[in-house]
Amino acid sequence: MIEHEGAAAVEVVGLEKRYGEIEAVRGIDFRVEPGETFGFLGPNGAGKSTTINILCTLARATGGTARVAGHDVRTERDAVRRSIGLVFQDPTLDIDLTAEQNLRFHGELYGVPKAVLSRRIDDLLGLVGLGERRKSVVETFSGGMKRRLEIARGLLHSPRVLFLDEPTIGLDPQSRASVWEYVRALKEREDITVFLTTHYMDEAENCDRIAIMNSGRIVAQDTPDALKAAVGKDRVQITTADDEAAIARLRSAFGIEAGMHSGEVTFAVPDGERFVPRLFAELGVAIRSVSVASPSLDDVFLSHTGSTITDAESAERQIPPMMRAGRR
Amino acid sequence: MSTTEVRTGPEFAPVALVASGPAHTLRAVKVVYEREMIRFVRSKGRLISGLAQPLLLLFVLGSGLSGLTRSATGDIDFDTFLFPGVIATSTLFTAIFAGISIVWDREFGFLREMLVAPVPRTAILAGKCLGGGAIATLQGAILIALAGLVGVPYNPVMIVSMLALLFLTALVMTAFGLMISARIKKFQAVMPIVQLVLTPMMFLSGQLFPLAGLPTWLTVATRINPLSYAVEPMRRAVFVHLDMEPATRARLDPGITWGGWVVPIWLDVLIVAALGAVMLGVAAVQFRRTD
Repeated sequence: MIEHEGAAAVEVVGLEKRYGEIEAVRGIDFRVEPGETFGFLGPNGAGKSTTINILCTLARATGGTARVAGHDVRTERDAVRRSIGLVFQDPTLDIDLTAEQNLRFHGELYGVPKAVLSRRIDDLLGLVGLGERRKSVVETFSGGMKRRLEIARGLLHSPRVLFLDEPTIGLDPQSRASVWEYVRALKEREDITVFLTTHYMDEAENCDRIAIMNSGRIVAQDTPDALKAAVGKDRVQITTADDEAAIARLRSAFGIEAGMHSGEVTFAVPDGERFVPRLFAELGVAIRSVSVASPSLDDVFLSHTGSTITDAESAERQIPPMMRAGRR
Repeated sequence: MSTTEVRTGPEFAPVALVASGPAHTLRAVKVVYEREMIRFVRSKGRLISGLAQPLLLLFVLGSGLSGLTRSATGDIDFDTFLFPGVIATSTLFTAIFAGISIVWDREFGFLREMLVAPVPRTAILAGKCLGGGAIATLQGAILIALAGLVGVPYNPVMIVSMLALLFLTALVMTAFGLMISARIKKFQAVMPIVQLVLTPMMFLSGQLFPLAGLPTWLTVATRINPLSYAVEPMRRAVFVHLDMEPATRARLDPGITWGGWVVPIWLDVLIVAALGAVMLGVAAVQFRRTD
């Protein structure tokens, strides 16, 4: 295959996707360098999966351009497909076949040379710790094992870019951790770019850079540290005897806009630890508990969108299901 | 889990994919075909349930009605008459279901794995057709083996021509199954289609009665049913090897007529083949639209 040296792993300019009246993606630009782990962060329905589908040639953009591994997703469909590995949110394994048969099917379909296919299958099953289960029918696998098998399959044809759409969704914490371990392990072994979407803030920290997406737009993109530093404020959450009064008092006495998030009065101040004693002295509403946290990606999201991911998703649930289906 | 070990070295060098082209496309067709066969071998229940209906038709309906039909069928038993038609329709059903199985592939997500591969969609569909054709023909072969029980001789020419016809029509019917599946998103939607489309097609195919001397509406319905053109060559393939009075032959195997003109067998076969090509084409277009 022709390698496009110096080309970005992913390059997106002015990308738009409209489903009838609904604008799922409203003109986004970004660039992912080869070897990077790039995360798309945002609530369900933000347009992450739509963007990934366009980059994987599964959906057509209604505006803008996108190139993956140097190939235009619109005009060089097969070249793009040969250079990407895919792990979707929903499983795409044949559960009636064995782990090995699933990988073999994929290898044949993607044109892995026969001479190296068996060895490549062994190698990847070993990488994801499924070597012993190669002859087992996938139906007998746990959710975490299936996801690992899908990751192995996505890598079988040595893609330049591996797309992971919510790779840890629906998994227990232990399996989630092991998926990340495998992603890191394969990054050390293969010279590969990883492009992933997640709505778990803590997982986004595993990325070199992240783009925060909300309502079809990228609202911020940078390294996780830079994004957190830019927020510059600590998050303070308190529970009080009278939350309404506390919010009003914070506004009048301290000039702070507070809101209710996850059942607690939440606000951001510079240097939170030093602020707390003042708060106790001057709030005038009984405080039951206090927590101070240095900025997390959730705060980054909050500061750029005005809501937390969880809040954004409960609002999302009120959108008719039909509209949501369109964005998958 | 902390069992991750990172292995490196020359043996883990990235693989270079073979160039896309006809050789790679054929390889894709073959692997889709092989998957169908693996799944078939694994689910023996499918074979048994596929055989249940034809066996009932042949030995229960056929034997049961033999006494009643003797005046019309003369020296030929009713189960002998049913033999070719029942084999044709039952194997074609199996083929159609092999095509419809793509709804299951979609429901379980595996269709996506196939559709995002860097191969033409037609290669995927062709592989499915070959798989369905092979499975249906295999089932037909088991039924052909029962020929002796219904008074049909084991003539090698007859057996070979039956298998060839079965394979051709099974390919076509798998394509038909794929075509009607392109728009079905949920497998709950499959049963109504079976009841409303496939069952009438089976009844109108000439499987159970000769397609002559029927009321006009029934004549028209049987003539537009593609299955009729698959059943007729099969019946001819068997009947040329049976001894019977010319009058009986004319009554039991009148051929398909279009307003008095008897459609020749080669044209029946051609119609089936042409329909198959059209349906595969339609399926390919449909699947291109439904990513």
